[in-house]
Amino acid sequence: MNLPSPKLMSKIAYQHQHAAHCESGTIANLLRHQGAAVSEPLAFGVASGLSFAYLPFVRISNGLPLIAYRSPPKSIIKGTAKAFGSRFRFETFRDAETGQRRLDALLAQGQVVGAQTSVYWLPYFPEEMRFHFNAHNLVVFGKEGDDYLIGDPVAEDPQRCAVADFKRARFAKGVLAPKGLLYYPVQTARSTITPEAIRPAIRKTIRTMAAPIPLIGTRGIHTLAKRIARLDPADEQSSPFIGHVVRMQEEIGTGGAGFRFIYAAFLQEAADIARLPVLGEFSERLMTIGDAWRDFALAAARMVKGRDKLDPPAIAALLAAQADSEAAFFHDLGRAIK
Amino acid sequence: MKVDQVPQEENRTLGGHRKGVYARDASGKLVLVPSKGWEVEEIVTVQAVDVFHAQAEAARTRAAAGQSSPLEYWMYSRRMDVEMLAQVSGLWQWRIRRHLRPAVFVRLSPKILARYAEALGLPTETIRHLPERA
Repeated sequence: MNLPSPKLMSKIAYQHQHAAHCESGTIANLLRHQGAAVSEPLAFGVASGLSFAYLPFVRISNGLPLIAYRSPPKSIIKGTAKAFGSRFRFETFRDAETGQRRLDALLAQGQVVGAQTSVYWLPYFPEEMRFHFNAHNLVVFGKEGDDYLIGDPVAEDPQRCAVADFKRARFAKGVLAPKGLLYYPVQTARSTITPEAIRPAIRKTIRTMAAPIPLIGTRGIHTLAKRIARLDPADEQSSPFIGHVVRMQEEIGTGGAGFRFIYAAFLQEAADIARLPVLGEFSERLMTIGDAWRDFALAAARMVKGRDKLDPPAIAALLAAQADSEAAFFHDLGRAIK
Repeated sequence: MKVDQVPQEENRTLGGHRKGVYARDASGKLVLVPSKGWEVEEIVTVQAVDVFHAQAEAARTRAAAGQSSPLEYWMYSRRMDVEMLAQVSGLWQWRIRRHLRPAVFVRLSPKILARYAEALGLPTETIRHLPERA
């Protein structure tokens, strides 16, 4: 079945929906606007969004390493689009003027457009959340006077952003520079996920989590735990390092517990779609693992705040326990969906 | 985490926004619940912001004492460091470090100053000097 063409869809008002994470929320909202039945967790799961990566040689800021609880940027957009048989057009621009004219032209045609931006230059973002992170995703669904109408999935309600500010956010430079990236579906083959798409998507996540590389998956969590165990409690860099881990896990739009709760929600939906009730049990088990991630975050934050003595080996032990329970979880999940 | 356990601790770092987190409802289904924040999140975000703030204040003191250029203050106040400013401005790190010396900074060409101003998103005139104390 072919869904109505994007031209027809232009007559339908865009419905903003709040999400936990920018990329899964943006792709879900774009496809839903096309008439697809997709929730944020379903998008996240079929795109195999869950992951773990600790890349000490990639420094984010002030020498802090890249720690991610999800797959690399853009993989969720591409993975979800693939699962729906949706063809997307991706456009980047060499100069900001051309990029802005193109966005205006698309909006004038009634196209609802996904865009990559920096977080720092978006004025509607809370001041203390504005860091130089260049891989934020959002929906632009219109223009009124000197403002773009923005469906930022991590905000509860639609936002407005002045044209000049938005241009700056789209053309921010540095690591993961968006280069004005715009994307939108040109054709979508299916309005639902086929039951056959579920198993391969889960298998891909299991493979990532069991990757034989000490920086990725559960081995990556162990490596990070060992790094934390070596932190010197007297060194003033130690507390920011531990705080950084928690920030990546809880504060950066992960839906709680470093995306573990979103993935548990996906497993619930997947159980129905693929008629695999056993996935419901794994969802329960992952929620328990997620709660333990939150306990880890709480213990770490108490030390950061100075309510408990900074004890890197204790934090490292909690983290290593998470790595072990996730290793067992994904091993058992793999057996269950064979 | 159950729906009624989702923290609503009114984090000031959220500026009145609510973020989405997933929690189980009474029927056991995971649903998106708007959260006013969890103190844990506020602690680690404030810590990250404070690092930049402390660096900016230290740079301000150094610049006022003539030991550093105003550029160092503006760099940290825009939540950047030398590595990031190099990526954004396209200037080598060693050149930026050199421009942190007051004697070199005052002799910078308008062209280079404009590049810093563009990277920092501030008017050229602003970055020449430290801000007035609020």
